[in-house]
Amino acid sequence: MTQPDATEDTTGVPLVVLEGVGVRIGSTQILRDVTLEIDAGEVVGLFGANGAGKTTVLRLIATLIRPAQGFGTVLGADLSSSERYDVRRRIGMIGHVPGIFPELTLAENLRYAARVAGVPTDRVGGALAAVGLGGAADRTAGAASHGMQRRTEFARELMIDRSLLLLDEPHSALDRDAVDLVEGLIERKAAEGGAVVVVSHDRDRVRAIAHRTVDLIGGTLV
Amino acid sequence: MTTGFWHQVRAVIDRDLLRERRQGDMLWITIPFGAIALLLIPLAIGTDAVLLREIGPGMYWVIVMLFGVLVAVSRASRETLPQQDASALLGLDPAAGFVGRTASSAVFLLIFEVVVGVVAVGLYDISLIGIGWLVTTMLLVAIGLALLGTLTAAIVNSSTAGAALVPLLVAPLSVPLLLGATQTYDGLQGGYSILSWVLLMVAVVLVVSIIGVLTARPLQET
Repeated sequence: MTQPDATEDTTGVPLVVLEGVGVRIGSTQILRDVTLEIDAGEVVGLFGANGAGKTTVLRLIATLIRPAQGFGTVLGADLSSSERYDVRRRIGMIGHVPGIFPELTLAENLRYAARVAGVPTDRVGGALAAVGLGGAADRTAGAASHGMQRRTEFARELMIDRSLLLLDEPHSALDRDAVDLVEGLIERKAAEGGAVVVVSHDRDRVRAIAHRTVDLIGGTLV
Repeated sequence: MTTGFWHQVRAVIDRDLLRERRQGDMLWITIPFGAIALLLIPLAIGTDAVLLREIGPGMYWVIVMLFGVLVAVSRASRETLPQQDASALLGLDPAAGFVGRTASSAVFLLIFEVVVGVVAVGLYDISLIGIGWLVTTMLLVAIGLALLGTLTAAIVNSSTAGAALVPLLVAPLSVPLLLGATQTYDGLQGGYSILSWVLLMVAVVLVVSIIGVLTARPLQET
């Protein structure tokens, strides 16, 4: 399948299409009849109470879980088929729990990411400097603050060209400079023809940067 | 830029070796406890040198199996869900992840076998006839246990039954390795053919390798 390049002008093209999607985890129905379309260039805010299924929506769009009901495509790949493996590298996700390895230094975490993703490892230094961690590259991630760990994850997303960025509570644990950086990254990603989904409890902050917002109530989008 | 399978395997091996080196569980906990277990046996059954020489090899392999499986399972199941998600979204081929985790576990199990083996030779006065075949056996057991541990961890992670499955899965699967290792040693001492036992261990390694690689993707998805 031919996918649009991350830098290609894809404004107005749906990057995410969910039609009547349901997700079950074990015997629990987490999402019901979720219908959502996200176009290239869009920033979408996703709100919902604790346990509403926001993280599940992000993991579904990230192709990490399959729909039990309905139909969905992400970056043109059917979520129910093996096509989804082909697009994963173009999807970035930053959850509220960092997905980095505490025993490795911040730089080692990024070097591992670069090697697996197939991007030059000489981008690591620049990416860390861009998030204000140039002087902390050799600090072990486990000894770094939560905010520094999150910055490291943003550095990873800067290093790898992503078409779709999924952010779970991106403002938490970040200082003012880091928040500006994150919001700059979101704006840039949308301007480049990508799309961003932001999950947050901070409605005012998200409304300021999102083109539209949706609410998730009891596993259903309203 | 795309990343080759073996390039990703090497990245996972380097990551795991670095994590283990920094954490030091193997060096400071597992190896000393393995040596202590070997030391306790003469205290329990007496210091009859002939009896100890007779049961020594069997005791060594039992301890390698018990500790080895625990080490392999705990190492392979050490990744958190956010870490697994992050690696998946870097485009890590699940099969490359399986091979990389197995290879790094095998390296540590081999170190464990060598160090505990030196203790066993010293304590039990074990004969080292056919050293080339003994090294081959140690290699096959290390790879076999690493494969079993990594596969079991993947099954456990994908199942709601969780850790309760570990002994049920590992016990029957490790029996051919234990039989192969002990019978190879006896064959070398007694001067009879060991080929069938070596082939049994090779067959276990091949079968579990194929199962592990083929099921890596579906197990990641469940």
